[in-house]
Amino acid sequence: MDKKWLEFSVGVFILVGLACLTYLSVSLGHLRLGHSTYEIKAVFSTVSGLKAKAPVAMAGVTIGEVQDIKLRDGQAQVILSIGNDIKLEDDSVASIRTSGIIGDKYISISPGASDNYITPGGTIRETRPPLDIEALISKFAFGSLDKEIKGTKPAPAE
Amino acid sequence: MVQLIRSLGAYGMREILSVGRMGIFFLYTMRGMFVAPGKFWPVVKHIEFIGTKSIFVIGFTAAFSGMVLGLQGYYTLSKFASEGLLGSAVALTLIRELGPVLTALMVSGRAGSAITAEIGIMRIEEQIDALDCMAIDPYAYMITPRFIACLIALPLLTAFCDVVGIFGGYAIGVDLLGVSAGAFWDGVYSSVVWKDVYMGIIKSAVFSVLIIWICTYKGFYSGVDEGSFGPEQVSRATTDAVVISSISILVSDYIITSIML
Repeated sequence: MDKKWLEFSVGVFILVGLACLTYLSVSLGHLRLGHSTYEIKAVFSTVSGLKAKAPVAMAGVTIGEVQDIKLRDGQAQVILSIGNDIKLEDDSVASIRTSGIIGDKYISISPGASDNYITPGGTIRETRPPLDIEALISKFAFGSLDKEIKGTKPAPAE
Repeated sequence: MVQLIRSLGAYGMREILSVGRMGIFFLYTMRGMFVAPGKFWPVVKHIEFIGTKSIFVIGFTAAFSGMVLGLQGYYTLSKFASEGLLGSAVALTLIRELGPVLTALMVSGRAGSAITAEIGIMRIEEQIDALDCMAIDPYAYMITPRFIACLIALPLLTAFCDVVGIFGGYAIGVDLLGVSAGAFWDGVYSSVVWKDVYMGIIKSAVFSVLIIWICTYKGFYSGVDEGSFGPEQVSRATTDAVVISSISILVSDYIITSIML
């Protein structure tokens, strides 16, 4: 076989293989090279069910992911990595939501109105814990949902 | 009775000897990477044989496995009205398991058997002894380039297999069965993480070492145990090589998955 042709075909093979590998790891595997994100912190009273790598979304658009979850002073400190092109006002509100009824937990950030932005390493002050669906259902089962929401004393269980 | 025990002992000793010989064979092959320079051209030639010529058969295997995954996945998922998960099902199955395993099995059948036969014939025609006589290290000359080539080619083929398979699943799921294209790709993108891809690469690297180690070893020592060097020994070595490497691929796949998952 012609040596040039052989070299050429091997080159094509390696290129095709590398292209597939790159596609798999960068595009599908979300492999990030270099730092295109910055980190901010958020403290929640509970994160029940939130996992690392969960998406962080604003208005339904994914802008980052949960880097790490730690316990700190009896509260959950969540470290979020946010894309460099996204700026968050320092009165933004972070809340833990569920996608669908039985879906995974994610963090939703609603924008604030302040002129100051959160710097890398900063903290989101306003957070809301997740809606506890199990507690909600159990309250619903006892028929005291309305009173609970209005802040009155729950009816005694019958 | 004594005869029986003796033959059992001889069998055990032969097996233990061959395990040790495989280890020494591996060490010599590794040493071959450093002794004789100028292995670039043989490596390219063997990548051509192991990789480039396998690309069609791997493409076919991948396309049809992806398509059948799309079909099976669709009919299972449609019972739960969650056809949208088809993308994740196809992509995860291919990247984690089927891609590396199918590629390794096809390569061991297509290239591994040929390598064993080639080296086995060199052995029975005393070409290996001739190399020894000329003071050419047969490991560095014959085995090491194949080792390197297989280590390069198999992960690349696996990546190719994964991508083709996902598109095969897409063709059946989206074009034929009417899953929404957006849901399919969102499933693929959101469920596959870097760890899955990484695990697939590790697996295919381990498989490539196993395939090429077993196949070259079996060829290199074909007929040595029997003490006779004929076509029969080469055919037996080839069969052994394919069977043993296929089994060790499947066994090591389980072990790697249980360690890494």
